[in-house]
Amino acid sequence: MDFPILTLITFVPLLGSLIVLCMPKEKERLIKQFSIAVSFIPLILSILLWVNLEKGGGIQFEELVAWIPAIRVNYHVGADGLSVPLIFLTALLTTLSLFYSSFTIKNRVKEFFFLFLLLEMGMFGVFVSLDFVLFYVFWEIGLVPMYFLIGVWGGPRREYAAIKFFIYTLVGSVAMLLAIIGIYLNTGTFDIIQAAAMRPFVENFTLGALAFWAIFLAFAIKVPMFPFHTWLPDAHVEAPTAGSVILAGILLKLGCYGFFRVLLPMFPEQFHRFAPIIAVLAVISIVYGAMVSMAQWDLKKLIAYSSVSHMGYVMLGLAAAAFAIGSKDMLTSQAIAMNGAVFQMFNHGIITGALFFLVGVIYERAHTRDLKAFGGLASKVPYYYGIMLVAGLASLGLPGLAGFWGEFFVFRGTFAIAPVYAAVGVIGIVFTAAYILWKVIQHVFLGPFNEKWANLTDMETYEKITLWPLVIFMVLFGLYPPLIVDTINAAMTRLLSGL
Amino acid sequence: MTELYDWVRLIPLFPFLAFAIILLFTQRNQKLSTYLAWAGIGITWLLGWTIVFRAIGDKHVLEEGFRAPIFSIPTGRGLLELGFQVDALTTAMLFMVPFVCLMIFIYSKGYMHGDPRYSRFFAYISLFATGMLGLIVSDNLLLLYIFWEVMGLCSYLLIGFWYEKPSAMKAGLKAFITTRIGDVIMFLGMLLLYSVTGTLSFHEIFSEETLHFLKETTVWLPLVGTVSVAPVIAVLLFGGAVGKSAQFPLHVWLPDAMEGPTPVSALIHAATMVSAGVYLVARMFPIFALLPETASMSVVAFIGGFTALLAATIALAQDDIKRVLAYSTISQLGYMIAALGVGAYVAATFHLITHAFFKALLFLGSGSVIHGAGTQDMMEMGGLRKKMPITFWTFVAGMLALAGVPPFAGFWSKDEILAHAFEEFMHKGVMSWPFFVWLVLSLGALLTAFYMARQVFLTFYGEPRSHHMHAHESPKVMTYPLIALAVFAVFLGFVGVPEEFPVLGPLFGHNLFHHIVGHQYPATPLNWGVMGLSVLLALTGLFLGWLVYGRNPLKEGQPDPMTKLGPVYTLLRNKYYIDEFYSKFIVRPAVALATLLFRFDNSWVIDPFVNLVGKIGVWLSDLGRIFDLNIIDGIVNGVAAVTAWFGKILRLTQTGKAQNYLLVAILTVLLLLGLYLYLPM
Repeated sequence: MDFPILTLITFVPLLGSLIVLCMPKEKERLIKQFSIAVSFIPLILSILLWVNLEKGGGIQFEELVAWIPAIRVNYHVGADGLSVPLIFLTALLTTLSLFYSSFTIKNRVKEFFFLFLLLEMGMFGVFVSLDFVLFYVFWEIGLVPMYFLIGVWGGPRREYAAIKFFIYTLVGSVAMLLAIIGIYLNTGTFDIIQAAAMRPFVENFTLGALAFWAIFLAFAIKVPMFPFHTWLPDAHVEAPTAGSVILAGILLKLGCYGFFRVLLPMFPEQFHRFAPIIAVLAVISIVYGAMVSMAQWDLKKLIAYSSVSHMGYVMLGLAAAAFAIGSKDMLTSQAIAMNGAVFQMFNHGIITGALFFLVGVIYERAHTRDLKAFGGLASKVPYYYGIMLVAGLASLGLPGLAGFWGEFFVFRGTFAIAPVYAAVGVIGIVFTAAYILWKVIQHVFLGPFNEKWANLTDMETYEKITLWPLVIFMVLFGLYPPLIVDTINAAMTRLLSGL
Repeated sequence: MTELYDWVRLIPLFPFLAFAIILLFTQRNQKLSTYLAWAGIGITWLLGWTIVFRAIGDKHVLEEGFRAPIFSIPTGRGLLELGFQVDALTTAMLFMVPFVCLMIFIYSKGYMHGDPRYSRFFAYISLFATGMLGLIVSDNLLLLYIFWEVMGLCSYLLIGFWYEKPSAMKAGLKAFITTRIGDVIMFLGMLLLYSVTGTLSFHEIFSEETLHFLKETTVWLPLVGTVSVAPVIAVLLFGGAVGKSAQFPLHVWLPDAMEGPTPVSALIHAATMVSAGVYLVARMFPIFALLPETASMSVVAFIGGFTALLAATIALAQDDIKRVLAYSTISQLGYMIAALGVGAYVAATFHLITHAFFKALLFLGSGSVIHGAGTQDMMEMGGLRKKMPITFWTFVAGMLALAGVPPFAGFWSKDEILAHAFEEFMHKGVMSWPFFVWLVLSLGALLTAFYMARQVFLTFYGEPRSHHMHAHESPKVMTYPLIALAVFAVFLGFVGVPEEFPVLGPLFGHNLFHHIVGHQYPATPLNWGVMGLSVLLALTGLFLGWLVYGRNPLKEGQPDPMTKLGPVYTLLRNKYYIDEFYSKFIVRPAVALATLLFRFDNSWVIDPFVNLVGKIGVWLSDLGRIFDLNIIDGIVNGVAAVTAWFGKILRLTQTGKAQNYLLVAILTVLLLLGLYLYLPM
């Protein structure tokens, strides 16, 4: 790559958003088309990125420019097998969200598309940053547009949900900021890679632990892990469809990504020591999240809680890998667990993204998400039923679809390292099947037809176009997982050998 | 010639393509959908049998197996390789599965005629066939598990095919969740096996070194302590088989699965899904048999034997023609499982194959009856023999095979199981599992013959017990598959005639089946006593059935003679209240717990705590505001007030008169002068 591809990916959306800002407000069509067109640039670039990624090559596509030389802050970006799939996921979901929103967003169009592109920049920024200050800036930038997306275009309790989301995340961010400053004072650099290599607080475990938990808090809130998860159902339920998609699809991944990129390389000793605590929280997230999902009667809230459960798999894999740091014969299991965790991140993005789109599809028509209000829709809206079934099955980890592999690898890796955690965690699998098939599929689609919905229409073309790419990835990665595992595995093996 | 075996990769592909094409493109065109599905399974059948008949004569493939890798997934520095294979067990299954599937596919055209979701039915059964075919050709446990789950999905979709009916929709869900509980246990077994040995490939697991390693390895279990790892793996994997093959205590889903269209019942309850559990145990048999004195074998023997008897008793008191067959299936699967539990590997697989043919026949026959008579309730039927002759005769062939009457297929396979159990029992004495197995299976044989006689006499003899019955024979597209399957139900047993059996033994290739599947196991010797007893039991059962139901066929309004059993009948009819028990003690508590946790999350603890923190934040800032207003701002204001007060006072001095200013100036100068002079330097 002889052009700054990561910079382009990150800042093209910013440029786009600024241009949107200058457009006249009443040219809604133009604004929509332009925004979608802009979002295609990072999408294409991210595919290029993936194709050109040299597997096993570590951090690539690096760019390093001094930014604030006085305190040695650099504009340092790069990508590897961990971030590239996530960058692609971000680009894909953003494009689909913009496309979908261009049909469903009716008020304040200009502001919506402006904010959405701004949000995209923030997300890309986090995934490419290799400098703490840069990372933090992007981390915070992403927060603001989402706050407005929920607060302006959200449901009835949008203000409460938006402020809860904002404040909760900010609490974590502040803790992280303190830790970042601590790391800087200790190592003299803001560079994530360099600081990790120097192992901050290596001589003082307690201080390191303090910094570890501070950063942990920031990421754990974002993931979200039990018991920091309650902002999520509120934010999801109130957010507009595209907001929920991005929130579940990408923003949650920012937290997980932070664990992989920052916390594990920076504090392997602390991570190793505290891994059991994190694993316990992860297992609770899995089982508890699944059970609470099963208790929901609001379709969107159900999907929201299912995210808590599914992100628990990610954290379990990671915690297991951290738990085995230092035992050399566990490298294979560690790598499998981490591959599974990253794969699961990607899968959750496409699967839950699709599910939130599908919730939007029915809500646009029925104006309710109450599961008790539906029934027997399968024959009325067969296309919708089919797509929902595939997404639901992928979500419950049916082999042959993408979701299975993430779970399988996580449990396989975890089982070899900490079998009890894995054994308890698999209970989540049964409950997931129960809430997807019993609550969602059965209550909405099966049984006697509820005549109230006699005028319900099946999916429109634009809705099909939005969902097909996601379905294709579920099937593609489900049938042929090496496509993505090859990429992840190289990065994870490298990461583990550096610990 | 290895090229032919390489084609094994394509075996699951054709039905899968049919599935995809039908679902995506040809839903509207029923005829095209039918032919696509037929083509998919048909090509696979031809290919499958070509491979089978090549492999039968190929000692190398039967003993060593042939592997066709597909792809591999990186795992750290290693690789997880997935692929297909042909070996002895696969060969045996590959003989049965595609053919039975093909018959069911053909039959479905007639049975499903006029259904609004006709095409989708063919798509689903094609996917089902993909799952089963993939399962039997997988060369490793992971791939097997994947296809296993694909079948689970299909059974969910097919059982709930008429999802407008709440009972069908619930049955589908029940099947999926119940089997998933078993699957999760199996999943753990797979994880344990993979973690210990580092491989899931059958070829590598069953290599000398790995088996030896497994023999030596121990694992620590909570509550139990340190035990050998092999039985733990075996028992966990067995959990999957218990779910899939509907063994006690996870058998409850299968009778409810009768809600699906009849070809589905045949497909799920005969040819494919339910036998997958037995297949799994057979496939992993070296692990089960590695330490034969440990829990692995006894658990299998006990569950199998217990289920065989339990289900046979329930079958006595059912009125639904398909439910009787469903319980009979559970019982027969128990036979196979129990057989594996006493080490009768060849007999179990033999029974698996023969049972698939005659049980598919019986289910399709019952479907034909339902199709013709318009009811599933045997109490309304009667006298169908004359109106549905082909259905009747083929059904009788299946019934005799199931009852174990010589020389029908079921006789040979069931007898081999009993003979093997008896042989083991002779070695190990009365206080052993083989004795238990032999005893309950013999008793089961009697019950089987009886309930099958009951079914045949109730359905086909006497006069119709319902006025609105206008039975007619089914169309050819349904009866031809019946005839084809009946041929196998009558003759298939001959491939497994014991070698020593006079005339028939040498005539049919000295127990050909044993030579194909069981090259590493010694053949079970012929035991005239056991054989005689099992024939006697079968005939007794049939005779009793005739005595109760055949001699004086039931008239309309007459109660089932079974009701004379009183409370026993009630208990059997209600399936020992196992469903009610589960509903009360497992399902409802789980749902209640979920609701409780949500309250904990949303209204009681977690979210209220978050909101409390938020409120405290607001309250603190309020406090800050008050502090700010009264204290901080107070200080600022205070300073201002003081200044103002001083100003007020000082203003008094600002008289504007020059004399006053002059006076002040002079006084000040004097004061300073005085200070200057008198203060010490």
